[in-house]
Amino acid sequence: MIAATVPVQRSRRAKVMVVDPSGQIRDLPRTALIDLIQPGELVVANDAATIPASLSGVHLPSHRPIEVRLAGVPSLDLDNREFSAVVFGAGDFHSRTEDRPQPPSLAAGDRLQMGPLAAKILHLLDHPRLVLLEFDHSRDELWAGLAHHGRPIQYSHVPVPLALWDVWTPIAGPPVAFEPPSAGFALSWQLVTEMRVRGAQFKTITHAAGLSSTGDPELDKRLPFDEPYRVPRATAEAINQAKSSGKRIIAVGTTVVRALEHAVHEGQIAAGENLATERIGARTRLQVVDALLSGTHEPGTSHYELLRAFLTDEELERLTTELNMREYHTHEFGDSVLVARTRNKLAEDKPSRCQHVASLVCSSASDYRLRHRSI
Amino acid sequence: MKTETGGIRTGSEVSSHDRFIGPLRVAITGGTSGLGLALVREFGARGARVAFLARHAEPVAKVERENKNTHGIVADVSDKGAIYPAALQIVGELGGLEILINNASDLGAVPLALLADTNCEDLEKAMATNVLGPFRLTKALLGALAASAREGRASLVVNISSDAAVTPYPKWGAYGASKAALRHLTEIWNQELSVEGVRFLSFDPGEMDTPMHTLAVPDADRTTLKTAEAAARELITAIETALTRPA
Repeated sequence: MIAATVPVQRSRRAKVMVVDPSGQIRDLPRTALIDLIQPGELVVANDAATIPASLSGVHLPSHRPIEVRLAGVPSLDLDNREFSAVVFGAGDFHSRTEDRPQPPSLAAGDRLQMGPLAAKILHLLDHPRLVLLEFDHSRDELWAGLAHHGRPIQYSHVPVPLALWDVWTPIAGPPVAFEPPSAGFALSWQLVTEMRVRGAQFKTITHAAGLSSTGDPELDKRLPFDEPYRVPRATAEAINQAKSSGKRIIAVGTTVVRALEHAVHEGQIAAGENLATERIGARTRLQVVDALLSGTHEPGTSHYELLRAFLTDEELERLTTELNMREYHTHEFGDSVLVARTRNKLAEDKPSRCQHVASLVCSSASDYRLRHRSI
Repeated sequence: MKTETGGIRTGSEVSSHDRFIGPLRVAITGGTSGLGLALVREFGARGARVAFLARHAEPVAKVERENKNTHGIVADVSDKGAIYPAALQIVGELGGLEILINNASDLGAVPLALLADTNCEDLEKAMATNVLGPFRLTKALLGALAASAREGRASLVVNISSDAAVTPYPKWGAYGASKAALRHLTEIWNQELSVEGVRFLSFDPGEMDTPMHTLAVPDADRTTLKTAEAAARELITAIETALTRPA
C-alpha cells in the first residue's frame, strides 16, 4: 500500500474495498458507500474529538528537550489531570517515530515544562518511556494550555504540520481522543443525512482513541492501551433493538468495535461509561458488530490484527493482496475498507467459544492496565 | 427595528435556577459587552453553564470573575486559526454543548460610510467576523451540537441578525451585506440539519443601547433604545419557544 501523505479527509479519489459475508471482494469509489447501507441497518461511529496531545517541552532535571505524547486517561472525566504519556527525545514528527532519540532518563517526581503547561511524573508505567503524568493546572488552564501549545500527534508520512481541523472528524464532539478516530474521516454530513433518509440509523459512542504507534517495539506490543468509552442511552437502545430484529450493525472504526464488544453483556449493550481493556483479534467472537468501515491497515499493527475477528487468515491475506495490487492508500488519510464478518469466519468461530473467553481473560493483561486502573 | 420573534419575559419572572435554561450548556461569542455580556449574565444567573469568547484577556477575566457559572476564553472569531482551539476549550470546559450564540459582530467601516468610500479591508473584516467566524465556529462545534440532539437534548445555533440584513440601508453596506449573508446561511443550515435535530435561529434584537450602536449612530437618543438586558431576555424567550416547538 501507499502512504497517504496529504491531510485531506474526503478525497474525491478515495476508494473503498468491500468484503461481503461470502468473502467476495469489490473495489469501489468511496462515494458509493451510501449504496452499501441498507434500510434498517445501524451505523455506529466514534464522535470523539482529538486533543492536540503532542507537547514539546523540557525535562527540567536534565534541561533536555523532549516531546510528550499524551496517550491515555483512566476515564472520560474532563476534570482529569492525570494522563499516561509516551516521552520522546529531541525532534518532532518529521523524523520517523522509530528513529526518534530516547528521552533523558525519567524518574518519578521529575518535572516537565511544556510551554505554559507544567507537570510531574508520578511513576513510570513498566517502561522507561511510558509515564503517568499529573498536570499542575486547573481544568480551564489545562484546556487553554493544550489549545495554544499542543499540536496534533502526527507521523512522518504527512510532511506538513497538522492543524486541529485536519484531525477532527465532521462529527467530532467531546475532546477525549489522543489520535483521531480516522475511519470517521470517510463520513460527511451528506452521508449521515442520506442514511437517515434511506431508513438506516446513525448513532455514536465516545471512545478515547489512543496512540497507534510509539516507535518502540516493546511498547507497540502493548497497544492499544486501555481506552475509556461511553455508550449513550440512545445508542445502546438502538443497538439492542437492531440486534433483536436481526439488522446489521456497522462500526465506523476499530475503536467502535473495541468499545461495543466490551460493552456487551449477555447479548445486551448497557449504556454508560467503561474502560475497554481487551484486544480484539483472531480469537474474538464478535457479539455485536457485523461489519467494519475502517482505514486500510498494514500487517503487524493492532488494527490489522483486529480484522482477524471478521475474516479468516486466508481472506485477510487475499484482502491485503488486493489492496496492494490496486494501489490503495494507507494511514489515516488513506482509502477505506468495509469488511463484513464472513460466513467462513463465523463457521471458524463456532467451536472456539471457550478459547474466546480465555482470550478475554488473558489478552493484554498488562501490568500497565492493572496499575493504571488502580490509580 | 423589530424582532423576528416576539415575547418578553420580565426580570421578576426569572428564577436563579431556571428549570428550562438551567441544565443547558451555552457558548456565546462577543461576551464582554453589549448583548453578549447581557446574555452571559442572564444565562449564568439562570443556572446555565456558559463559555464565552472575546478578544481581550482583561475584560474576559473580569466578566468571568463577576458572573458565576461562566468561563471566559480569549479568542477572536475573525481569526481562522483561533476557531478550533476555542472550540476545544468550549467543549473541554463544558463537556458538551446545547446552544451556540454567534453574537460577536463588526460594523465594517467606522464611522459608517457609503460603499464607494468603504475600504475593502473593512468589508473583509465585517465578513470575517459576521459570516466566516460564525460559519467556522458552527462547523467546529457541530459534532457536539449534533451529539446533544442524538441524545435527546436541546441543540440550537442562534445567529444574531439585524434589520439591516433584510433592508438595504445606505451607509450600512458592509454590515448589512454581511448580516444578510449570515441570515441566509442560518436558513440553509436549518433546512439542511433539521433532520439531525440541530436547529438554527436568526434573532434580530432591535436597536439596543450598546457600545456598538454608539459607534454606528453616535448622536442617537439613547432613551429610545432598548437595553441589552431586555434584548437578552427576549432572546432567551425566543430560544425557549424554538426548543419547545416541534422541528
